Amino acid sequence: MGADVLEETTLQKRAWEAAASVPDPEVPCVTVADLGILRSVTIEDGVAVAQVTPTYSGCPATLAIEMSVEAALRDAGFKTRIERVLAPAWTTSWITEEGRKKLHAYGIAPPQESSNSKRALFGETAVTCPQCGSTQTSCISEFGSTPCKALYRCNDCKEPFDYFKCH
Amino acid sequence: MQDRIALLAIRLADDHLVLGHRVSEWCGHAPVLEEDLAMPNIALDLIGQARSLYAYAGEVEGKGRDEDMIAYLRREREYTNCLLVERPNGDFAETMLKILYFAAYMEPYWQAMTGSKDETLAAIAAKAVKETAYHIRHAGEWVIRLGDGTEESAGRMQAAVELLHPYTAELFENDDLTAELANAGIASEPSDMRAEWDRTIGAIFAEAGLSQPDVPFPHSGGRNGEHGEAMGFLLADLQHMQRTFPGASW
Ligand SMILES: [Zn+2]
Repeated sequence: MGADVLEETTLQKRAWEAAASVPDPEVPCVTVADLGILRSVTIEDGVAVAQVTPTYSGCPATLAIEMSVEAALRDAGFKTRIERVLAPAWTTSWITEEGRKKLHAYGIAPPQESSNSKRALFGETAVTCPQCGSTQTSCISEFGSTPCKALYRCNDCKEPFDYFKCH
Repeated sequence: MQDRIALLAIRLADDHLVLGHRVSEWCGHAPVLEEDLAMPNIALDLIGQARSLYAYAGEVEGKGRDEDMIAYLRREREYTNCLLVERPNGDFAETMLKILYFAAYMEPYWQAMTGSKDETLAAIAAKAVKETAYHIRHAGEWVIRLGDGTEESAGRMQAAVELLHPYTAELFENDDLTAELANAGIASEPSDMRAEWDRTIGAIFAEAGLSQPDVPFPHSGGRNGEHGEAMGFLLADLQHMQRTFPGASW
């Protein structure tokens, strides 16, 4: 029995690594594990069960992510099943520290708390420019190239950049 | 109780699908590029919220219907969305006001639902409440900008208010279904949202220089499937693919 448990732990670890390496289709600099979209991978009766959670209600990438995770597990030799879990709901605080660093290095400002207040009409939140670090930035559009991003411009270095909205 | 939860989920989903469809009609027609990005984004949020709700309704009602069957294969009288959301888009001012009116209602509604005894509805609400806050901000900014803008924009905004305000009372109507689910700790009564809605709209209208008109005869009936003329045309467009190619998917 001890050997079985060991075997299963190793398998589970291998399955997690395979699934966790899948890049996000819209923000390929980070993986689904970095973003906290991949909740868990467990081995149940020889099947690798991956729990995946959607980010935004209308995120068109949800299905693509599920299919990529499924394919990655299959390529690693697993029989697999994907479960979509809604609770607890994903928030940007599920993004790992590693994920935030990768976003920043890629030129996307990681989410900042308190930037999503309903009362903040005309959005007066300080978002830091990922290029030069200035906090003198302005929001060009609340809605960017994907549902998870807003478009900002740095008033100092003048570069436009994506901001990963706090959610 | 499960069938009652399904009915509520479908009612909520209908509101979101129909408004999402209306907002999506702006795709490619918005006045500036940023708005051409914003409108489909808002539509995506709304339709995404509708999808989660339809899928859950199908699961709990246990009749073997999936989200597409509920969304696309019902008749007009079976849709229980409020009349506000089915209104034709009109001009940009009218659309923005419609989004604001609805979001200002849904934000406190979702907020309350995050504490629902139904775990799935609570999870759907937890996501939706943040998306809805964005809609209030975005539409609210435009209502202020247009209301406090030129003579032309202010006139159009006030005209939109006169036109759409009579549709807002229906949002706050309670009925047997909402009473039962409130008692069970599943969802709040619509009337509970009135005070917060008044605060949100009041603050934005004050900045925009708009006034709320008296409405002697508010419109109602959507919750019973009694819709306006525009609804049939909307459904013809919305259901076209599924009616022509039943079961089509991609
Ligand atoms: Zn900069």
